[in-house]
Amino acid sequence: MTNLPAPDATLLVAHAGPATPEHTSLWKRLPVVRHVRTSVGLQRTMLLIGIVLMLVFIVTAAFAPLLAPYGYAQLSSGDVNFGSQQPPSAQNLLGTTVGGYDVLSRTIWGARPAFLVIVVAVTLSIFAGVALGLVSGYFGGWVDRVLVVIADALFAFPSLLLAIVVAIVISGGQSSMWGGVMAAAISLSVVMIPQYFRVVRAEVVRVKAEAFVESARVIGSGHLRIMGRHVLRNSTRTLPLILTLNCSEAVLTLAGLGFLGFGIEPTAAADWGYDLSKSLSDVTSGIWWTAVPPGVAIVLTVLGLTLVGESLNDLADPRLRTRRAAKAAVPLSPVTAVPGGVATDRVPGVESIDELEGPTDLFDERGDR
Amino acid sequence: MTSTTIGAPTDAAPAPASPAAKSKRSGGHLGSYLLVRFLLIFPTIFILVTTVFVLMRATGDPITASLGGRLTREQLDERIAEAGYDRPILVQYLEYLGNIFRGDFGTTISDNRPVTEVVMTYGAATLELAFYALLVALLVGIPLGRIAAARRDKGVDASLRISGILAYATPVFFAGILLKLIFSVWLGWLPVAGRASTDAQIELQRNGAETGIFLIDAISTGDPAVVLDVLEHAILPALALGLLTGGIFLRLVRTNVIGTLSTGYVEAARSRGVNERRLLRQHAWRPALVPIITVIGLQVALLLSGAVLTEKTFEWKGLGFQLVQYLLARDFVAVQGLVVLLAVVVALTNFVVDVIAALVDPRIRY
Amino acid sequence: MTNVVDITNLHVSFATDAGTVRAVEGVTLQVAAGEVLAIVGESGSGKTVTARSILGLLPETALSSGTVMLTRKDGSATHDIVTLRGSDLRDVRGRDAAMVFQEPSTALNPVFPVGWQIAEGLRAHRKLSDKDARTQAIDVLRLVGIPDPEHRVDHYPHQFSGGQKQRIVIAQALVLDPGLIIADEPTTALDVTVQAEILDLLRRLPQEFGSAIVLITHNMGVVADLADRVAVMFNGEIVEQADVRTLFSSPQHPYTQRLLDAVPRVGGRRLRDRVRVADELEAMVVDESATPVVEASDLRIVYPGRLRQPSFTAVDGVNLAIRPGEVLGLVGESGSGKTTIGRAIAGLTPISGGSLKVHGVEMLDVKERVFRPVRKRIGFVFQDPATSFNPLLTIAQCVAEPMVVHGLAPNPEEARPRVDELMEAVQLPKAFGDRFPHELSGGQRQRASLARALILGPELLIADEPTSALDVSVQARVLDLFARLQAELGFACLFISHDLAVVDLLAHRIAVLHRGVLVEEGTGDEVLGAPKHPYTQRLLASLPVPDPIEQAARRETWRNLRAHG
Repeated sequence: MTNLPAPDATLLVAHAGPATPEHTSLWKRLPVVRHVRTSVGLQRTMLLIGIVLMLVFIVTAAFAPLLAPYGYAQLSSGDVNFGSQQPPSAQNLLGTTVGGYDVLSRTIWGARPAFLVIVVAVTLSIFAGVALGLVSGYFGGWVDRVLVVIADALFAFPSLLLAIVVAIVISGGQSSMWGGVMAAAISLSVVMIPQYFRVVRAEVVRVKAEAFVESARVIGSGHLRIMGRHVLRNSTRTLPLILTLNCSEAVLTLAGLGFLGFGIEPTAAADWGYDLSKSLSDVTSGIWWTAVPPGVAIVLTVLGLTLVGESLNDLADPRLRTRRAAKAAVPLSPVTAVPGGVATDRVPGVESIDELEGPTDLFDERGDR
Repeated sequence: MTSTTIGAPTDAAPAPASPAAKSKRSGGHLGSYLLVRFLLIFPTIFILVTTVFVLMRATGDPITASLGGRLTREQLDERIAEAGYDRPILVQYLEYLGNIFRGDFGTTISDNRPVTEVVMTYGAATLELAFYALLVALLVGIPLGRIAAARRDKGVDASLRISGILAYATPVFFAGILLKLIFSVWLGWLPVAGRASTDAQIELQRNGAETGIFLIDAISTGDPAVVLDVLEHAILPALALGLLTGGIFLRLVRTNVIGTLSTGYVEAARSRGVNERRLLRQHAWRPALVPIITVIGLQVALLLSGAVLTEKTFEWKGLGFQLVQYLLARDFVAVQGLVVLLAVVVALTNFVVDVIAALVDPRIRY
Repeated sequence: MTNVVDITNLHVSFATDAGTVRAVEGVTLQVAAGEVLAIVGESGSGKTVTARSILGLLPETALSSGTVMLTRKDGSATHDIVTLRGSDLRDVRGRDAAMVFQEPSTALNPVFPVGWQIAEGLRAHRKLSDKDARTQAIDVLRLVGIPDPEHRVDHYPHQFSGGQKQRIVIAQALVLDPGLIIADEPTTALDVTVQAEILDLLRRLPQEFGSAIVLITHNMGVVADLADRVAVMFNGEIVEQADVRTLFSSPQHPYTQRLLDAVPRVGGRRLRDRVRVADELEAMVVDESATPVVEASDLRIVYPGRLRQPSFTAVDGVNLAIRPGEVLGLVGESGSGKTTIGRAIAGLTPISGGSLKVHGVEMLDVKERVFRPVRKRIGFVFQDPATSFNPLLTIAQCVAEPMVVHGLAPNPEEARPRVDELMEAVQLPKAFGDRFPHELSGGQRQRASLARALILGPELLIADEPTSALDVSVQARVLDLFARLQAELGFACLFISHDLAVVDLLAHRIAVLHRGVLVEEGTGDEVLGAPKHPYTQRLLASLPVPDPIEQAARRETWRNLRAHG
């Protein structure tokens, strides 16, 4: 808004190095793969744990029918009724809920709506957010200013309340699995579009002022060409980071909606937040098994996503990145990518003037006037 | 405001003004900043009100939504006409804006009370919870964030960071459930829910319960047992909400302090022999404070979302708890009123926080 | 004579992602009390690392060996910095040697008053009352020439100009009364007129305070102005050490000779003459009667203010003309409006008043549709080689872009023969076309930038400080190429620079801008040989020349000018 140092500075500090060009193989350029390769120590451990948790979540969501012992709405096995609030047993490994469902099964099935919400919400918001951010940041003017004020206003709005309002509109409360998923996804994209918009717009404004974009303007390139060829691809480097953080936010908001009673009917799908809200009264009587499993499932899922996001953030920010051997040194000799630097190996003698131009000296960034 | 034009070329930076001219300008700078910032509140509130109105009215009228199953079509139509929901939407919108401008946020359908009255009754409880939580969050987040920054990449930092991420990953209601399970049910140390025990409530009632902020009211009864009772009830909700917010503060403080620790001026101070402790506490801390304050301000929104969930978890009878009741009763006029009111609160808080940040930053102050 | 610093066989290496990198290899040098030693060298020579070793200010990744013996000013203690740790090292920092940093705006903490920051150094070394600290801060501010120090001591850094900030940074070092001041490129971030003031201040330090100075710089003019003795570094080693006059008059090492040869001098042999003789080209005669390529009359460019801030007039009533085949050098300090004029001619910045005709098209309220055909006939070379290429495209794709945009080639591949031709013209191997921008050095990129600007054969080239981000030897090569191509192709050129000497090398005519106003215009001999306007005189006198004897004379001129101005 006014003079704010990007308010989301904690999560979205973006000082990535030069974008990786299409030289190395596609595999190594993929965001997360590239990051695993450049990380070390604790950061690498965090990133790897995050990736593993994410994979577990995706696998669980995909293969829930195979992994879960029972269906999410199953009340009995064979002729035996599970019974209500039964403690863990051989039949129900994590006990049963007040409604008589198997807790373990519902926890496993619960990954599905969470996963679907993430996919739908992110798909809906990322395209809209990026397109708006690109156009708004590139052209500027009053449309840009109005969009910024709107995005800032929505950004500062408690996202759960906004999600409640949207959920009311879409589903009028409880609903089927897809109804619930769409309600959560659409309400999340209302919250997330401003985030993508802000980040992409900020990048576009930065890139737009760079000499290579000005150079394209001097040449006489049309706006579409400049946006598509020069600006867009250089403005998307922070997206993987926001993407993962938004995924965690999606899971948390879905859980929050479910907890407040805007979840999915228990017969339509398993919903962690809904199960937690039902477990609230169990806890008072000392029943832990209905609350802990869905809660832990939420924590691990969000943890995985956040660990990946945090690591991407740290690796992208030279100030926060742990270097392979230590902290801050600009390589002097075999250089690959020093901004304003060089790609020559160490020069043994004075052979040609051009070779004298070594890479940037340590701390020696002369103010170029 | 974020610059929207292409950055003026370096060449065009105005020549530094003479000292005299500079100091003469100094007063107006802060003034105009605050004025602009203040004026920005209005479009913000306007956008939020409009968004909520459009969303809520996109599908139909609140009467049908609320009483749809219970009344016949004729009865519904009668109620709708009575409340004026059959008029053109634009007319209703303008009327709504006008009402809000006059401070009228609507009247609930389910218990027929003005929303403002609901806020008066339950606002104090939410304020009290938010205050405790903020206190916990600041006491946890700031010192630990500074330690993590100073001991960067060491063991302490790693464990603090992971705790911070864990705090973020835990939904506040799950944290609340766990705390309840451990401290109330298993250990039996603290009450399970509510803001005070029945006896204490009666005591407070008898004494008038002036402010609605139980701690203040309890102190004014002069009965230590009541004060203790009120505090005991506040511990778990404050911890649940405060620790999770504190995790975010920790991360925020750490990132910003690491940023300022690697600046030229900290390096310069180090080159003159200033010790690391002082570098951390003075030279790196103060410049980091400005962005920290600003971002903490933005967490007010998060704190409010969290408060709604915490209140439901602990049956803490505040605005959030009430909001959930109205949601379950499908009283969407009440929901709309409360949401809009909370949005106004957020917009105002952000303004206040920006003012504080401006006062801390000499670059804006002078 | 006692030495303040005695460095013996210093080696410094860094652990990096790419393995160990040696930055300093076997440096041995001494600095006597009260002496000014300049360490010169280009980027990557290890000069900054050497200087920082004196205070133990290297990152944790650094591994040092050898000895750095630092002696206290009163001779009471000597320490080997390489082995010193913790509080012992802190005790030495600031007291025995203090540092003056390159960029005053980043060396000062924005949220503390300058007086407090000066006092911090004092408090780090001894207990003293707030009142004493303040008194000392005021005294030292007065010493470094801050007017009204009693009042200004409570001001914050942003309330001072760039030159004043650098004075405060010097005051921070001076207040500790160190035996040695390490000045790391102390004037690089400053305009030349401000630089002269700061150099004058630095020159007083050895005499008045008995501090020795280690001056790190790449600017040979600054060396000639300030240094007693010079050490030339190259690739982590000292290749030559000599007293300043000897070094400039008879440099021994081939690198030193090459370095000195590459430094542009005002009134030196003009590059275009050199090029013409070497290539036996016909002397280009600028046809004075031809229609100018660019013609500005009473040009005004205003950046509108917003929200109660006043608007800023960057260019105010400028008249100038560039004729076909002519190189016009536009000189000025930061804030003079020189870049703005260049951008206006290229259609990047709208003009606010007066008239600007580019290839006959009036730029006031011009429509992009009208101007677009003209863009084909304009080339632009940007200042910063680091950002002037799209990092995701190859050099050949970037260079071919103008052809594709103007429909002269359907895609970059079809344009490749022409691209290769241009790459050859700017003396880059064809194979470089397949590289990405970050795989080229700054100088190479700037040459590729020239290739891109020239690919459509423009009649006008705008070069905005094309060499200011480059090391001096690389700059020499780029300028030489520039002059050669201009002579061959005969395009008109607006050459924008803050460096009088660089402009003098290339330009047929020179225009001097000061705060948006064109104060003087003429041929190089007229403007630089006999400047008429006081600002031009001051600018010229402020420019240190790479010759200690001549510079001593110029210094007197400057002092006189200052005394009378």
